[in-house]
Amino acid sequence: MSSPHTSPARPAEREPGHDTARARGLVVVSGVASDAHTWNLVFLQLLIEELGYEVVNLGPCVPDEMLVEECRLLEPDLVVISSVNGHGHQDGLRLIGRLRACESLVATPVAIGGKLAISDDNAERIARELAAAGYDAVFPDGAAGVAEFRNFVGVLPRPSLTAGSRSGA
Amino acid sequence: MNLAGREGSPAVLGEFPVDFGRFVREAAGSGGLVVQPRMGFGTPTEMRAGLAATKRAPARTVGTVTLDSFTRVGELEAVEHALRHGIGLNGYPIVTYPDEVTRSVLQGIRGADFPVQVRHGSATPMDIFASLVRLRLNATEGGPVSYCLPYGRTPLADSVRNWEHCSRRYARLRDLGVEPHVETFGGCMLGQLCPPSQLIAISLLEALFFHHHGVRSLSLSYAQQTSHEQDREAVLALRRLCAEFLPTDNWHIVVYAYMGVFPVTEHGAYGLLGDAARLAVETGAARLIVKTVAESRRIPTVADNVAALSHADTVARGVRPLPEAGDPAAAGDSRTYEEARSLVEAVLNLGDDIGRALLDAFRTGCLDIPYCVHPDNAQRSRSFIDADGRLEWADTGRMPLGHRVRSRRARTVTAAGLLTDLSYVRTRYDRERAAHAVPADAERIAVTPEREPRRHGAPNSPDRAGTA
Repeated sequence: MSSPHTSPARPAEREPGHDTARARGLVVVSGVASDAHTWNLVFLQLLIEELGYEVVNLGPCVPDEMLVEECRLLEPDLVVISSVNGHGHQDGLRLIGRLRACESLVATPVAIGGKLAISDDNAERIARELAAAGYDAVFPDGAAGVAEFRNFVGVLPRPSLTAGSRSGA
Repeated sequence: MNLAGREGSPAVLGEFPVDFGRFVREAAGSGGLVVQPRMGFGTPTEMRAGLAATKRAPARTVGTVTLDSFTRVGELEAVEHALRHGIGLNGYPIVTYPDEVTRSVLQGIRGADFPVQVRHGSATPMDIFASLVRLRLNATEGGPVSYCLPYGRTPLADSVRNWEHCSRRYARLRDLGVEPHVETFGGCMLGQLCPPSQLIAISLLEALFFHHHGVRSLSLSYAQQTSHEQDREAVLALRRLCAEFLPTDNWHIVVYAYMGVFPVTEHGAYGLLGDAARLAVETGAARLIVKTVAESRRIPTVADNVAALSHADTVARGVRPLPEAGDPAAAGDSRTYEEARSLVEAVLNLGDDIGRALLDAFRTGCLDIPYCVHPDNAQRSRSFIDADGRLEWADTGRMPLGHRVRSRRARTVTAAGLLTDLSYVRTRYDRERAAHAVPADAERIAVTPEREPRRHGAPNSPDRAGTA
């Protein structure tokens, strides 16, 4: 019952008036394969645009292969993964392996955040695991998350930035 | 009043079930709002218990079987794996269970006095419809647009083709003496922040789509939004548009209690649900889908649902229809009506084949759902909540609304503004009746608002399933 997936609109097609030359860079925002939530992705898109970046929002339920392929084509300055259905931990571990296995995405900054597990009990450990697996930053759900995320994006273009886990909150 | 219709002995009710649409209209016509839960369980025992409790609830009810999210996206191996290993499913896997299991779930509960509707959220529902036809489950819900754009990435063209095929197949139930009923989900797009005029336009267009493909018993949804006054205007406008455009009388309106970020307090949740019941009765809607006090915290239990059904019924009994409810055209042209009519006419002008016209409409931005990031949505429109609490356009994109919408420059929606608007209803209802407050749960950060179009068991927000 599988159906072909349409390719998402390129930023140039979607925002003809957008002055891409002035943007600080390109950010891909995406949900994971098992997560149908949208509002978290819309919020992140607006937030990152306000920080001066151009955003390609791949939306909810994005299969791993599609996300990797889009990142290969777009060569973004940052990839932001958001998951709020409690399974982001498993989905995220699988996904970062596939992204890092792609030669052109070995050093691309990738962040993940949201409700990454069903309970908050192991938030610290899960954040460490995700960071160890290759994420540059992890933002567990929490009031401090947005401010920390802003700071993270704010210092992005510096190539030296390879922060470890940003758990806490 | 005889709700039993033409049915004979109880033994054949499963084969000749009552027309869901006729049942609801007759029940509502005799002065009672029909109330319905969202409810779906993975095991036959729980599902049967849930249906039985709904039937026994102190209200005029119809039953719901909501399917699980694996079935929704066609991952039937995952259903089998879950059933083999005792892993809980978030809805009833109707395609996987043998038909005799489902018949035993319904046996003696579903009947001329208690029709049952199946709800799922699939853009690829072929297997689901095959099960419905075999089981003579003659009431369901969906739509080529509303079951596609908000969820996942199935191309709209595929969804339109799938729903055409399934609608025609479902319509052939009439050859067997069974009237199939379909409800549009178009009045609920994204759960929140879609302006009412576009909700009712899509709801009507989906009803026209189903009728075009042979379905003759219809209901049209509208989900409660942010302003009671605007919501009244919207339901009255939808009823007027139905009378003007639908080539059948066998339709009714179903109001959904708010589907966005729900109040966390008991007084807030009941206040919001009560206003939905009030809205339905005031505007002449026949049916209400309830939400429960547990909505913001967890998947509701059967008891939560029964309490919600009972509360909605109690409120509804104390409300009288507005004078305009008898003749929605008499109230004159509201702005909601004018905007919706502009959208409907613009789409119908794109061609006689309504599925084709819907595809063209989304491709050209003639319809454009705010904040919907599906690749087939134009993504130029934006909405916001104004100072009076009305849900308005911040940017109409390429939709043919320029001459209708109050003259104002496109307004930029910020991330902070979006968060405020997403939790506007929760904030207002939790605060409004705070005098009788039950202490609120600690507020979670609103970056992860409650899943939109959430049903009981959340099959529209698959927790574990992938895309089709």
